[in-house]
Amino acid sequence: MSDLLDIADRIVAQAKPGEQLEAFVSRGGDTEVRVYQGEVEHFVAAQAEGIGIRVIGEGRTGFAYAGTLDQAAVAEVLAEARDNVQFGTVDEWAGLAEPDGVGVTDQELWNDELAEYPTDRKIELAKQLEQLTLGIDSRVRVDDSNYADGYGEAAVATTTGIRQWGRENGCYVSISTLADDGDETQTGFGFSVGRSPTMFDLQKAAKEAADRATRLLGATKPSSKRTTVVFDPFVTAQLLGIISSTLNGEAVVKGRSLFKDRLGEEVAPSFVSLIDDPTNPLAYTATDVDGEGLAARRNSLIENGVLRQFTHNSYSARRAGTVSTGNAVRGGFSGTPGVGALALSLVPGRRSQEELIADIDDGLLVQSVTGIHSGVNPISGDFSTGAAGLLISNGQVGAPVREFTIASTLQRMLLDIAEVGGDVDWLPMHAAGVSLVIHDITMSGA
Amino acid sequence: MIDQDIIERTLGVALRTGADFAEIYAEDKRNTSVALDDGRIEQVTSGRDRGAGIRVIKGDTTGFAHTSDLSESGLAEAACAAAAAASQGDGHTRTIALSPSDSRTVNQILRYPDEIAKADKVALVLRINEAARAAGREIVQVSAGYGDSRKKVLIANSDGLFAEDDIVRVLARISVVADGDTGMQTGFQSMGQTVGWEAFDSVDIEALARDASRQAIVKLKARPAPSGPVPVVIKNGSGGVLFHEACGHGLEADHVQKGASVYAGKIGELVASPLVTLVDDGTLPTEWGTIAIDDEGHPTQRNVLIDNGVLTDYMWDHLRSRKQGRAPSGNGRRQSYMHLPMVRMTNTFVLDGPHDPDEIVSSTEHGVYVSHLGGGSVNTATGDFVFGMNEAYLIENGEITEPLREGNLIGNGPQVLLDIDMLGNDFAMGNPGTCGKDGQGVPVGDGQPTLRVKSLTVGGTAS
Repeated sequence: MSDLLDIADRIVAQAKPGEQLEAFVSRGGDTEVRVYQGEVEHFVAAQAEGIGIRVIGEGRTGFAYAGTLDQAAVAEVLAEARDNVQFGTVDEWAGLAEPDGVGVTDQELWNDELAEYPTDRKIELAKQLEQLTLGIDSRVRVDDSNYADGYGEAAVATTTGIRQWGRENGCYVSISTLADDGDETQTGFGFSVGRSPTMFDLQKAAKEAADRATRLLGATKPSSKRTTVVFDPFVTAQLLGIISSTLNGEAVVKGRSLFKDRLGEEVAPSFVSLIDDPTNPLAYTATDVDGEGLAARRNSLIENGVLRQFTHNSYSARRAGTVSTGNAVRGGFSGTPGVGALALSLVPGRRSQEELIADIDDGLLVQSVTGIHSGVNPISGDFSTGAAGLLISNGQVGAPVREFTIASTLQRMLLDIAEVGGDVDWLPMHAAGVSLVIHDITMSGA
Repeated sequence: MIDQDIIERTLGVALRTGADFAEIYAEDKRNTSVALDDGRIEQVTSGRDRGAGIRVIKGDTTGFAHTSDLSESGLAEAACAAAAAASQGDGHTRTIALSPSDSRTVNQILRYPDEIAKADKVALVLRINEAARAAGREIVQVSAGYGDSRKKVLIANSDGLFAEDDIVRVLARISVVADGDTGMQTGFQSMGQTVGWEAFDSVDIEALARDASRQAIVKLKARPAPSGPVPVVIKNGSGGVLFHEACGHGLEADHVQKGASVYAGKIGELVASPLVTLVDDGTLPTEWGTIAIDDEGHPTQRNVLIDNGVLTDYMWDHLRSRKQGRAPSGNGRRQSYMHLPMVRMTNTFVLDGPHDPDEIVSSTEHGVYVSHLGGGSVNTATGDFVFGMNEAYLIENGEITEPLREGNLIGNGPQVLLDIDMLGNDFAMGNPGTCGKDGQGVPVGDGQPTLRVKSLTVGGTAS
């Protein structure tokens, strides 16, 4: 099957009596092509591999990793992980995942066509995207046009009987644009993702990148007021990412979630359902197993407005007195598994963004937000971000606006959702986008 | 780490396809971290990263490949991959002769963290936890961490440059949650220095922990921040990120050369209030963004970017300075051997101005006082930037009054620089930061005296 699983097996076989041991071994590579003004600006061919070993003894955890599979280095990793155990505090819930009998949903995560795709055609795709974009509007310049792909394989084995190996690959093209009008410059971006380059929609990526930049030309700072907003799908996906961190089982058991005591309560209107489903093949982040080697599965977090479930890995589940939801996430071999959503989406409504806007007399279409990492606090719930977009008046989008913020709290925003659009967009993120109408947002500008 | 003759041969291989320039960047890094949460030492982690990145430039095209195999054959394979990526070649091999540069020291390391017992590092984190919890009954959760790293790097290129460095950093951080009638609030503090364990001799780690708790407790009584433009006073040592975002990124030559910066073509022009002198300096002793040489092997230096309001220079790396026909400024940085270098800041700060900090507050009728800023981000092409306020207060009738809930501030870089109407004489460096650009994070420092911006838009919800 794979030499990685062999390496993991060999480590696990060295466990001493009474010692729980987990080996996570991975290897991956990326190609990145950046084109600027018809020439290759850079071409990166990268490969990396490594191992992380977790040892648990009498409730204490130790961990070590190395960015190499060199035998001597691997032996050192095991010795270091063991040495680190003595410093851990005894934790009655500490432990590795155990097989839970949930079957793995078979998925096609590997694409041979991509694996064999020739280099010169990757470069061609980035050049083509640049050309297409420039052709849409004479005011548009291209900052960079990119093709990127990546592959990865990983094996995880434990003394508790977990033994998994998997591999996947994927690719995307992206483009950053500038639009000029006199002294003024605005920016935009577009992308297209796929398991194979044949799935790209270059035209759509080019059009979005050109439109995003040009439609902001002439943007002014709006006056401050409370208003109804429509989030573009890309913005909704970012919001869902934050919402999911408040539903994270680890945050819940450690008292850091603002929804910690609210299972079974109404947290949103009845037409809002939030699903985490990595078994959906349409999701860019679809996967078959989680970071601990358990089957990835469909979890309904908010169902018809009612908070139904938190995401858990085996540790947070054990502490919460429940079972893992298959939501262990790990950032490669250099860390231990945390908890996180894998592939979020809102159950879509029926109407297009245009139809949603047609019902709004006075509002704002939010095209982009900035500063999510600085002005949103998922523990207190405060939400405040920079934004750019288009004003809505009498059911139509109008003047572009920029250099303002939108603010509310996460709790209120969920309750203030007025409609979910039908325009689901699968983005290269852990959440799918969809247009979303939210009432009563404070816009701070002039 | 690697023999000089192997490096010379590897560079020769990298140039085989007729490239103009080849470079090898090798690193061997060890780190230790301690993570505490919920009253427990959850984990001590030991890490090792070792490898080399090879960059080949031909014309305007850069090829890059990296490997974790530092043997001659491993390096040759990466060199071939990088060379092929840069061009289709003519097959000639060039001979490279390296001339090692004198090693350069900006920080004397007294106690290498790899020589400190893990138990001492664990004890430090436990002390942080205890101090934070003892600061008030309201504190319901504490997460704390310690990290150290020692990175040996070797950089050589086909121009004959050969440089080595040994970089040691230590970091401690603390996040707390306080709970009250209005829900939960958070507090954060951190310290980070480019030195060894001796950093903790001069830093009162318990005081830092208590300050994180104080922030969270104060905010339990916070009211919603205002919505709209107001004068904003930023406390010394807490707002360097303002300059990092408002103009720092826009002064990076890669953005400038592509015409994707609002500061392009403005050298010699007044771009800020004449009060403002902005410096980027990688040579400051002990600071978080300090590096003796940059990640292309060039010595770092003190670069004055804005002098009394006038734009004097941008920041440069190898690629962009070569294109411009000038010397690099020591600002070529990368996250690791797996990444391409690009133009980055080091320690970026504004020098002292003429005003007494108390006078800045007392002369402000109504506004917002920010005493702890969060992160930020900028669109260099439009100049619009945001940054978060982790701890802020209302200013009413020249006095600091009620605490405010968190939110972002938004402004336009060129306008905000001109709108700085008071600058204090109490310069201080701020918290260690990680600057993200194009998917790469590097350690940076910032600093400034207390200052006032005539008008910034506060993104709160209060009307």
